[in-house]
Amino acid sequence: MKRTDFRALSLGTLWQGLMRDGGSGDRIVPPTGFTAQLTLFSAGAMAFLAVFALALALATGRLADRWASELAGSVTVRVSAPSDQQAARTRAAMQVLSTTPGAGQPRLLPPEEVAELLAPWFGPDMPVDALPVPALIDLPVAGDDFDAQGLRLRLEAEAPGAVLDDHTEWRRPLVSAANRLRVLGIVSLLLIGAASAAMITLAAKAALSANGQVIRVLRLIGARDITIATAFVRRFTKRAAIGAAVGTLCGMAGIAMLPGMDAAGGFLTGLGFQDWGWLLPLLIPVVAAAVGFLATRWAALKMLGAVR
Amino acid sequence: MIEMRDVGFGYHGGPELLSNMTLTLQPGMFHFLTGPSGSGKTTLLRLCYADLLPTQGQMSAFGNDVRQLSRDGIADLRRSIGVVHQDTQFLDHLPVAENVALPLSVAGQAVDMTALRDLLGWVGLSQHARAMPPSLSGGERQRAALARAVVLSPDLVLADEPTGNLDWDMSMRLMQLLVELNKSGKTVLVATHDLNLIRATKAQVAARVLRIANGTLQLAGADL
Repeated sequence: MKRTDFRALSLGTLWQGLMRDGGSGDRIVPPTGFTAQLTLFSAGAMAFLAVFALALALATGRLADRWASELAGSVTVRVSAPSDQQAARTRAAMQVLSTTPGAGQPRLLPPEEVAELLAPWFGPDMPVDALPVPALIDLPVAGDDFDAQGLRLRLEAEAPGAVLDDHTEWRRPLVSAANRLRVLGIVSLLLIGAASAAMITLAAKAALSANGQVIRVLRLIGARDITIATAFVRRFTKRAAIGAAVGTLCGMAGIAMLPGMDAAGGFLTGLGFQDWGWLLPLLIPVVAAAVGFLATRWAALKMLGAVR
Repeated sequence: MIEMRDVGFGYHGGPELLSNMTLTLQPGMFHFLTGPSGSGKTTLLRLCYADLLPTQGQMSAFGNDVRQLSRDGIADLRRSIGVVHQDTQFLDHLPVAENVALPLSVAGQAVDMTALRDLLGWVGLSQHARAMPPSLSGGERQRAALARAVVLSPDLVLADEPTGNLDWDMSMRLMQLLVELNKSGKTVLVATHDLNLIRATKAQVAARVLRIANGTLQLAGADL
């Protein structure tokens, strides 16, 4: 059977047929309980999973941006020196930092804050004064002209013992991990879409194969390919859309019931949608319907090709 | 209507089952096609409604070369030809009335319920309109198949062994319907191996009898 023989089954023509009221045309396809339930269930389950994959992709995207911006928003200068030179070198470092282009106002961390930072390791009652703890200066990054490498060289020359930490070592793996999670979310979405298409295609092929005799009878009495294909495509597109709509609503309800994003500030509590992000899952039933439409059309073309 | 010139056909590239067939179905004529089982009667009918394509020769249906027909063209051709299949071919999930009206539905035509009732009455199935096909007897199925074949008012009606599983009375009842169709102007071609049926029908209508023998088509002798 030549491919060009199916000109009448163009996507546009099939879409127009789909939009028309099926009426008695839909009755030509026998009710097939098993494939109907299979399509509804698989579309629903896949849509449910797709909602979570979408939420994961969006949440990890936000996480990567937040980590990147928070860690890139300031640098830390650590000043280590013998105790009798500590104050002088710290002053020299503060002097360098306050004249650094693109940097905000440097702030020397008071001993209480330093003790707080060390508390997880040494406990709350540790006398920080008794330790040779370096002075810590927090320097906000205020502009794009901030040059970490240039500052590092100036500190080396003008404030020996002052070391600049721009959090690169921390930031890079964290942002990289978040970005990989985002890619995983997107890949999951694609895999869910592909698996949905495969299952709907299998269900459609099973239904078409089971109805081979129906298709043959219809061709014998003068049915055009478009009439036969539309009857099957309409049925499977509806099933995919309805199943996906139910699955999407369940998934969205599940996401909505997660703890609030600011409840603990953790990663899992951030697994949700924000603002317009809540509209994105509503695309899932539309995509599922499109997958059902294309998968059934493909299966119908294959089946009709075997019937003259 | 249907014209064959030196048509040959063999299944799957095998030896020709039919060869050098030259045939013109004359409009308004009643035709019988006879021959022993396996001689190719069904094959010839399938060639007529483009379910098979000739492997040799020229063949046209309603002025169109059947080899050049698109899939939609084949569908349109089949709307011009009513076929009563040997195995009736119904959609078992639809009641008789819907099966009979099916060619109208797939052709996108509105179903005139009065005309449909009249048609079912003509074939004697008014009481079975809502019955499901599997519940019909052999004769009822054949009459339902005849009703479906003519619901689009085709110019040509083909019947493939329509009385194959029927007793004599039921066979004659069905043939009477086909004769009525012919008298209303339809061209009819009935494939049957039953010579008695042909003789009995010829008593009611002038019929042309074609015989397939040894893969070729011949006009039957005076005995028929």
